[in-house]
Amino acid sequence: MTGKNENMKNRPCRSMLYIPGDSPGMIQNAEVFGADSILLDLEDAVAASEKDAARKIVSSFLRGFDFGPLIVTVRINAADTEYFERDLEEIIPCRPDAVRLPKCSSPNDVKEADARISEIEKKNGIPAGSVALHAMLETALGVEDAFAVATASPRVTALTLGGQDLTADMGVQKTREGWELFYARSRVVLAARAAGVMAFDTVWTDINDPDGLYQESKQIVELGFSGKAAIHPSQIEVIHRAYRPSYKEVRKARRIAEAAEEAARVGKGVISVDGKMVDAPVVARALRLSATASLYDYEEDEEI
Amino acid sequence: MKLQRNALGRNVPLEVPGVGQFEPYESPFGKIDGMAPLAGARPFLRTVGRSRSKVASSLEDAIKKSGLQDGMTISFHHHLRNGDAVIPLVLETLKKMGFKGLTFAPSSIPDAHDCVADYIRCGLINRLYTSGVRGKLGQMISSGEADIPVVIRSHGGRARAIQSGQIAIDVAFLAAPTCDALGNVSGSSGPSACGSLGYAITDADYARHVIAITDNLVEYPVARNISIPQYKVDQVVTTPSLGDPKKIATGAARITRNPVDLKIALDTFRLMKASGIVAPGFSFQMGVGGASLAVSVYLEEYMTKKGIVGSFGLGGISGHMSRMLGKGLFRSLFDVQSFDAVVTESVADNPGHIEIDASCYANPFTPGCLVHNLDCVILAALDVDVNFNVNVLIGNDGVLRGASGGHCDTAAGAALSIVVLPSFRGGVCSIKEEVSNITTPGETVDAIVTERGILINPLRKDLLENARAAGLPVVDIRELKQKIEKLTGRPDAPAEKDGKVVAVVEYRDGTLIDSVYQVKK
Amino acid sequence: MIVRSANAGTLESSDCLVTVMPAETIEIEYAGANEKIFRGRTEDLVREILGKYSLTGGAVKIQDSGALEVTLRARIETALERAMEAIAR
Repeated sequence: MTGKNENMKNRPCRSMLYIPGDSPGMIQNAEVFGADSILLDLEDAVAASEKDAARKIVSSFLRGFDFGPLIVTVRINAADTEYFERDLEEIIPCRPDAVRLPKCSSPNDVKEADARISEIEKKNGIPAGSVALHAMLETALGVEDAFAVATASPRVTALTLGGQDLTADMGVQKTREGWELFYARSRVVLAARAAGVMAFDTVWTDINDPDGLYQESKQIVELGFSGKAAIHPSQIEVIHRAYRPSYKEVRKARRIAEAAEEAARVGKGVISVDGKMVDAPVVARALRLSATASLYDYEEDEEI
Repeated sequence: MKLQRNALGRNVPLEVPGVGQFEPYESPFGKIDGMAPLAGARPFLRTVGRSRSKVASSLEDAIKKSGLQDGMTISFHHHLRNGDAVIPLVLETLKKMGFKGLTFAPSSIPDAHDCVADYIRCGLINRLYTSGVRGKLGQMISSGEADIPVVIRSHGGRARAIQSGQIAIDVAFLAAPTCDALGNVSGSSGPSACGSLGYAITDADYARHVIAITDNLVEYPVARNISIPQYKVDQVVTTPSLGDPKKIATGAARITRNPVDLKIALDTFRLMKASGIVAPGFSFQMGVGGASLAVSVYLEEYMTKKGIVGSFGLGGISGHMSRMLGKGLFRSLFDVQSFDAVVTESVADNPGHIEIDASCYANPFTPGCLVHNLDCVILAALDVDVNFNVNVLIGNDGVLRGASGGHCDTAAGAALSIVVLPSFRGGVCSIKEEVSNITTPGETVDAIVTERGILINPLRKDLLENARAAGLPVVDIRELKQKIEKLTGRPDAPAEKDGKVVAVVEYRDGTLIDSVYQVKK
Repeated sequence: MIVRSANAGTLESSDCLVTVMPAETIEIEYAGANEKIFRGRTEDLVREILGKYSLTGGAVKIQDSGALEVTLRARIETALERAMEAIAR
């Protein structure tokens, strides 16, 4: 993998905002919405008659527009559609951070796309692996194969759960509480962690129910997801709020981080805080939490 | 017209034929600080006899009795916003009565009044003093077709010009939402209630003759919330309606959901906080534009959480400000103009909500206008330039389409003046090398907040340090301009500016800050 | 070669509606709120894109609702490709 993807792994990606690929008015304000990442959509948000227009808009913006620190991912049309080939041909040379591939149900789906992307990269003189692949799991089969999908190619840097199609495939309703997705979510997160890739959760479709979104976001943060997709700018703040560590946690994490630093400085092998020994995974988590905390404003918090 | 360069490098005339002599602009406070007392206009001494009713039989009769003659100056207020029907009613009556060559000097012209263009065309009006012009009237003046002197003044500048005698009002026609037979006027009740009548108060103080026009003649006396008392009013005229109540009593503006405006609002609030100005005793003014209004939401939340009580809110008052007064977040509101129907109730019922006149608000030639006590003002703009100069009058096409309002008054007066502005609008970069017209000098603008970064005036090193220390996204104004022009493309070279002057723009101290040029079709 | 008339884009703000028609020479029509300030930029852009497609003729009509350059480019290219025979949709 190239530096670009390594780099992306270290950038926070709590929120991924879907923006219709044929909506220049929204794309031009992408950096204003406050999301960590955007998903320029060529798939469901674009009518069949406008697929060519959306592709042009997305490629034109990728080439000529400065998205600043945003992670830019393009959701292309699935491999079984007539748009897939053309999507890859036009989008890959523009080097988005990643493409999101819908309906990955087997390692083979990933391998085929990977081969196609590699060809296009080569043809355009782009370093191999420049464009990462986010595999969307939206079928029961795909979820069952999660680990195999995640490890099918080093190009895969994330698994993402497509809740709409998955619940349909499971023959159940997506409920407000989301228990029907509990197992699938757990499975996807675990597979992603095992494969060393990120895990992204599905969208919350009711834009007028920020409380429901918050509850679900809290849930998926606790389950271990790296981020969650949003379908409206107003959802970003809610998702970020769910990722916000409490001040108490932050203080504790910072003390662990300081202790680790101190231990490293004096060459001590054992890290201890308040006389208690701290294990390496706990230190690692504390460092991650401190990094997340740096995205938030704590100056006003009361000492709890 | 002989033009001379002023201190900002703008060419302005030293004399406007038919209006008088002007000095070129020098600096924001040069003429104000240490000014020697100056004799000004005095209120007219006059009587109307010891009648129990000043109600005239008709508008025509009232006009006849007022002694109005061709070439005189008439004034109006714009408190009825776009619902106003009084300006067209009076102008049409004057036209029918055969008047010619009047100076039309309203506090401003509501957007809807394209009809004023027709009254210029027919010769009824041959001079225009206003805060701004828009729509067909703006096009007419910019095209050079009007060919009459036009002087654009800020709200504070207009009050100053009235008090100095520069605008000598012969007859003031004042729409009066509630009025009694002797002319006690209130703005905060009646079917056309609009809240404060601040701008009209100054007119009533200095006009030679005052005619109150009402659609709500009540039993004597109007005892509550008198905006203009009977001893300043000569005649009362009744009319079935002052205008369209739906457009007069507009609902409170909704908080924007536009992400660009919300981002600007959040960063504006952060800048205010970083500056240290949001503290007990804080005084504040804002507009009703999307971003301004959204700032008040963050401010309200913060002041509530921190238990901060501000001293006063000022200016055009919106429903959100009156709600903050109601919650005790400000001790008082000084209201020269109410923006929506929600405010009317507060003016009427909250003793901390005080109606003030235009001079009290912003007249720089007084021993203490309120804008000079402002801690912070949030202002909108059409565009700005790399020297922080602000244009609120002229669109990208060069055509007049805005009003000066209290922009330059509050920018000069406030300790922290912030312009909120999307970095590009309609595909055009909002930061110019040079604005087409300077309404407010850059020296009086402390910061410009865009959705793509905060621009801080280099004159405000302290603010720059505070903003950086708070981790705010500060960017250099030229860098942002370059970045945006990469997206929009470079505009073609602007049209030549050596054309005919179609209007002059006064700074609040009476000097000329800029000229408005003809736009060829 | 432009073989039929086609359009792309919308009249929504920040977008533009581009119509392309067959023509012997290059004809450019540019309308909208920014017609006074962006005529030069827009004509340059159209010529550059026509050149890229090796076209020496074509009527391009743009109704601009405040589109950025990247948007104009995408809409012009889409309309051209829709109007050209060689690049079948």
